[in-house]
Amino acid sequence: MRRTAAEAGRGLPAIEPGMPLPAGTGLDRRSFVTRTFGLALSVYGLGKLGLFEEGIARAASGPAQPVLVSVFLPGGADALSVLYPALDPTYRKLRPTLALDPAAGPVFTEDTRLHWHPSLQPLATLHGEGKVSVLPAVGYTHPDQSHFTSRHFWEVGATNARLTSGWMGRYLDHAGTMDNPLQGLSLDYQLQPSLASNKVPVASVASPEEYSFWAPGVWGDVEQRMLNALRPLGARRKDPFLNQAAKAAAQSDRLRRQLAPFAGNGYGTPVPYPDVDDSFPHQLAGLAAMLAANLPLRCVAITAPGEYDTHSDQPQPLADGLDVTARSLLAFQRDLEARGLANRVLTLVWSEFGRRAEENDSGTDHGAAGSGFLIGTRARGKMVGEFPGVNNLDEDGNLRATADFRGVYCSLIEQWLNADAKAVIPGAGSFSRPALVK
Amino acid sequence: MPPVYRGPFGKPQAERLLWRAGFGPRPGEAERLAKHGLHGAVHSLTHPGRERLRGPKPHDDNGHPLAPNDAWGHDQLWWLDRMVRTTQPLAERMTLVWHDWFATSQDGVGPARLMLRQNRLFRKHALGSFSTLLTEVTHDPAMLLWLSGVDNEKDAPNENYGREMMELFTIGADRGGYTEHDVREQARALTGWRSDWDDNLGPVNFRYDKRRHDPGVKKIFGKKGHFDWRDSCRLCVHHRLHPSFFITKLWSYFIPTAPPAATRRELERLYVHHGFAVRPVVEAILLHPALYRGPRMVKSPAVYTAGLLRALRRGIDTEAWTWLMSLAGQQLFYPPNVAGWDDSRWLDTATYRARWQIASQAIEKHQLKPDKAKLPDNASKLLARAEGFLGQPVLTGQTHAELKHFAKRALGDANAKWKKEQYPALIENALRQLMASSPDLQTC
Repeated sequence: MRRTAAEAGRGLPAIEPGMPLPAGTGLDRRSFVTRTFGLALSVYGLGKLGLFEEGIARAASGPAQPVLVSVFLPGGADALSVLYPALDPTYRKLRPTLALDPAAGPVFTEDTRLHWHPSLQPLATLHGEGKVSVLPAVGYTHPDQSHFTSRHFWEVGATNARLTSGWMGRYLDHAGTMDNPLQGLSLDYQLQPSLASNKVPVASVASPEEYSFWAPGVWGDVEQRMLNALRPLGARRKDPFLNQAAKAAAQSDRLRRQLAPFAGNGYGTPVPYPDVDDSFPHQLAGLAAMLAANLPLRCVAITAPGEYDTHSDQPQPLADGLDVTARSLLAFQRDLEARGLANRVLTLVWSEFGRRAEENDSGTDHGAAGSGFLIGTRARGKMVGEFPGVNNLDEDGNLRATADFRGVYCSLIEQWLNADAKAVIPGAGSFSRPALVK
Repeated sequence: MPPVYRGPFGKPQAERLLWRAGFGPRPGEAERLAKHGLHGAVHSLTHPGRERLRGPKPHDDNGHPLAPNDAWGHDQLWWLDRMVRTTQPLAERMTLVWHDWFATSQDGVGPARLMLRQNRLFRKHALGSFSTLLTEVTHDPAMLLWLSGVDNEKDAPNENYGREMMELFTIGADRGGYTEHDVREQARALTGWRSDWDDNLGPVNFRYDKRRHDPGVKKIFGKKGHFDWRDSCRLCVHHRLHPSFFITKLWSYFIPTAPPAATRRELERLYVHHGFAVRPVVEAILLHPALYRGPRMVKSPAVYTAGLLRALRRGIDTEAWTWLMSLAGQQLFYPPNVAGWDDSRWLDTATYRARWQIASQAIEKHQLKPDKAKLPDNASKLLARAEGFLGQPVLTGQTHAELKHFAKRALGDANAKWKKEQYPALIENALRQLMASSPDLQTC
C-alpha cells in the first residue's frame, strides 16, 4: 500500500486516446485547521502539519503579496458568443439559428465589430473602467479538441500530456514556502489541477456549514458533554498510530469549534452579491473576506458556474452561466474596491477551448482558440491579440489563436507575480509576452 | 526461518490478529481463537475450512436483494457483505490487498461485472501463487481496459501496463530495476490482447489475437527472446529485485513498521523457496513478533466499517455504506489511481468525521429511547454496557478513564427527576458513539 512517490494521477486510463493524466490526482491530502483564522482546509503536498499554522501566521504578518485568481469556465465556452461579430454576414451564414442580434449586447469599444454577449454587460462595464484586458482568441498551435487534453494543457502550462504539476503549482514551488498551504488555494472540495505542486503544500477549502458531530439518540446537556469529550479522547498517546488517531480526533474537535463563526453567513460583505442558487458568488465573497482578514493567499483557483460544453440547446445555458459568472465577478471587483484590496488582485478567466464557428444543430462542437479575460484594477485594460475574424478560420473551421496561453502565463508570472517565468513554464523563452498589467 | 513471537497469546493478541488478518472479531471470537494458541490461531486463518457466509443476508434500504452487476454501488455492498459474513477472513482480507496492489478503478473499466470478475480472481488466488496471480491479472478484462492492454498492439504499442507492471506490481521504481527501453520492450511483448465493443453490453470478447502480437525479438532485463505476455510476467517475477519488493510491500499490509533486514531476507528466501507462494509468507508474517509487540496500525475504512458491523452482528441493510466509505477515503472498486490507496493518510479532519458518521449509521437503529429504556444511573455500569454492545473491544486505560469521566459528568448534570430518568439512555447512546469513534477503535 505504501506509495513510491506522491506522483500525480498515474495509471489513469485514456478516456480518449492519448488523454493525459490529470495534474494533482493522487497527491497526498490532509485536513487541518488554522487556529488563527478558523478555516477548514484540506492540505496537499509534503510538509509537517505542525509548521503550517506558524507559517501561515508568519506569512500573514509579512508584506501583502499580489494575488492571482483563476476562474475556469468548464466545457469550452463559445468565444463567438462571448464576443460576437454582430454585422459580419459570414457569422450569420455560419450560425443561422445561434447568431446573436446586433442590438442584443453592448458594443466592445476596442473593436467595434464585436459586441459583448448580453449576459456580459457587467464585464462591459468594468471594461469601460479600464479594468478588463480581453483576449478574443487565446489558445495554442496544433489545438487539441479533447476536453481533458486541452484543459490539461492549460492547467499544466504546456502542451505536454505527461506533465503532472500545475502551472500555478510550479510557480509556488519556485516562489512559495514550505509552511504556508494557503499560498495555493482551491475553492473546491478537491485540489484544482493548476495548483498541483511538486514540493510546497497547497490547500482546498472544505465547506464550513457541514462540519457537525451529531450522534443518534443524544441531545441537550448530554450532547454537549459528548462533544466536550472529544478533546480529552484526543489527548496525546504513546503509540504512534494511536496518537495519529487521537490527533485526528483533537483536530476535528478544534475545527468544529472554530468553524462556528465561518459557518453560514459568518462574515459580512460590503457589497451585494447575486442572490442565486449557486455557490460561486458566495465563494467569491468568502475569498474577499479571507483577503481582508489578511490570509496569505497567492494563487486561488475556482470553477465558474454554468455548463459551457454546449453541443445542443446552446443559447439558454450559455446565457445563464455567463450571467451568474459575470454578475458575481463584478460584485467581487466592487467588494475588493470597497475593502481597499483591488490593487492586489488580478483575475484570469479562461476555458479549455472555444467552439466551432459553424453551428451544429442547436449547438456547437469543440473548437480551438477561445475567449479569455484578465480582470482587476491593475489589469492593463487593453486587448491582447486581435480578433481573427470568421473569414479566416483554420482548416478545421475554428478561430485562429492570436495569443498563446503560455505567453499569457509568462506575462502573469513576470509582470504580476514578479518571478522568473523560465522556472515555471517549459519553453518560456519562445513565447512573446503581452503587456498585461498597468 | 524468520523469528516467531513467543509472548503471551491471550484475548488482546488474538483480537489484534483478527484485525490485522481479517476484519475484526465477532463477539466472543477473539476469546475462542486465543484458546488455540499462536500457531493454532494463525493456522486456522491460513488454512480455513470451506468458506461460508454467516449472518443476515444483505439487502438495500427497501429490503430488496442486492443487484451487484446492475445497481450502482451494489457491487461495493456485495463485497462489504462478504467482509462482514465470511468465515475465511484472511482470504477476504487478501482479496482487499490484491485490489490495492493491482489497483484498478471502475472509473476506467465500466461494467460492474468486469470489476466483480477481477474481484473473484483476487479471491481465487488470495493465498496461492503470486506468479499465477500476476499472469492471470495481466489478461484480466478489467485490467486490460484499465491499463490500456486492449489498446496495445504491434503497430501501436501502448506502454501503460508494461510500465506499471514493473513499477508498481513487481519491481518498484527508482531501484535501478529497469530502464525505459525495458518498458518499451515489455509493451511489445504484451501485445495481442483485444476486445470488442457491444452497444448494449460494452466491452466483450476479451481474447488473445496473434495477429496483433509483435512476434519479434525483444530485449528485456538484458535477456533476448521472442517474448510474449507470459514471458513478460515470468521475467518480472524472476527479476532479482522482485522478492525484496514483494516482501516489503506484503509486510506493509500487516505491520506498519518496516521489517528488520534479516527478517526481510529470510522472508525473501521463504518466498522464492516455495516458488513465489503467498501463503507461507503471510503465515510467517502473522507469526512474527513485530505484529504483536509493535505499534498499532490504522484501520482502513473498509476494515473499520466491516469490523463495526461484525461486532454488532449486523448485516448489510442500507446503501449508505457506499457514500460513507467514500467520505472516509476508501470506496471499494474505486482506488484513487493505479498506485492504490495511501495507507499513511487515512486520518484527517474530513475522514475522521466520516468515520464518526459511519459509527452513527451503525449504532442508529439500536439507539435507546430515553423515555422507554430503564438504565442504571451508574457510570461504570453504563460503560460496561457500551463495551458489551460493541463486542468487548480492548480499550486503553486512558480511553476507558475518559469515557467513564464523561459518563460521570453527564450523570451529574441531571438536576431534575425527569433528567435522572432519561439521561442514562442518552449517555449510553453517547458512550457507544464515543467508543466507536475513539482512537482505540480506529486502530488495531
